[in-house]
Amino acid sequence: MTARVRLVLFLAAAAVIAAFFIAACTGLPRFGSEAHPYGDRAVAAALAHRTANVVSSVNFDLRAFDTLGEESILFTTVLGATLLLRRARDEREKQPVPERVLPTTRLFGAVLLPVTLVVGAYVIAHGQLSPGGGFQGGVVLATALHLAYVAADYRVLQRVRPLTVLDIADSLAAASFTIVGFAALIAGGAFLKNDLPLGTFNTITSGGTVPVLNAAVGIEVASGLIVLLAHFLDQAVEITDPDGQETT
Amino acid sequence: MNEWLIGVAVVFVAAAATVAVLCRDPARQAVVLAVLGLGLSVLFAVLQAPDVALSQLAVGTALTPLLILLTVRKVNRPTADDRRDGEESGG
Repeated sequence: MTARVRLVLFLAAAAVIAAFFIAACTGLPRFGSEAHPYGDRAVAAALAHRTANVVSSVNFDLRAFDTLGEESILFTTVLGATLLLRRARDEREKQPVPERVLPTTRLFGAVLLPVTLVVGAYVIAHGQLSPGGGFQGGVVLATALHLAYVAADYRVLQRVRPLTVLDIADSLAAASFTIVGFAALIAGGAFLKNDLPLGTFNTITSGGTVPVLNAAVGIEVASGLIVLLAHFLDQAVEITDPDGQETT
Repeated sequence: MNEWLIGVAVVFVAAAATVAVLCRDPARQAVVLAVLGLGLSVLFAVLQAPDVALSQLAVGTALTPLLILLTVRKVNRPTADDRRDGEESGG
């Protein structure tokens, strides 16, 4: 396919998409208007299941099946990266040398690491009540751990992240989402049906399966991202080619 | 007042995204991407979507640029003899 054919093909496809997109946009409610047909229904459904954070209710209750798919995407990504970035036969590991860290950087990391860990755990635990949830809190937890690398060096980071434990936690958390779904299927008759006691509105245990699935996603995202970053960091810091040749 | 905030955020996001596209060096692109992520999360927060803003802040501003920088460091690594450590080891 020549560049000219490609360009013509692109322009034709872009014109079709632009036409349909503009036609669809004319049917949207006006920007910033008071009427939110989907929002009103979602809020009513969330309140019926005593979940204070409507977004979490949509993610883990009304559209829990979508979230199962999203969670599986992340799990597969980590799995794929683990497979692709494993140490090849012609690569060898090199123990990274500790580098000098500015005292202010060290202080910054030492102060911020526990604060960030608490923030991450808080965001996960209160996903059903306030903005945030398993995904956001999980990413905060995963990045928080890497402050150890910024403030100290790679060997300290290796000590604070037990990769085998995290691998298992990642798989168990990913599996537990499906297990909760099947448990609901057996107990209530529908996959991922919110059939647990709903609790008192606006308390940490409210929402039935929402906090359970939220916690599962939090653990999966946190451990999955730490494992993912570990493979990238290993490639960048530890693994070298045997004779210093560039591999393509 | 709110319309102005939204307008400023939209313009900032559009400008940052354009710079990210026009930037040719991947390492610089990662930094611009982090700035773009920050702008997007401000835009989401102004549009009253704090959940998405939090995700965007964590993933777009911290995680994605970090992964890009690590990849660039690995791919750009000079041969073992003339390694210049720490020059592009962002993060």
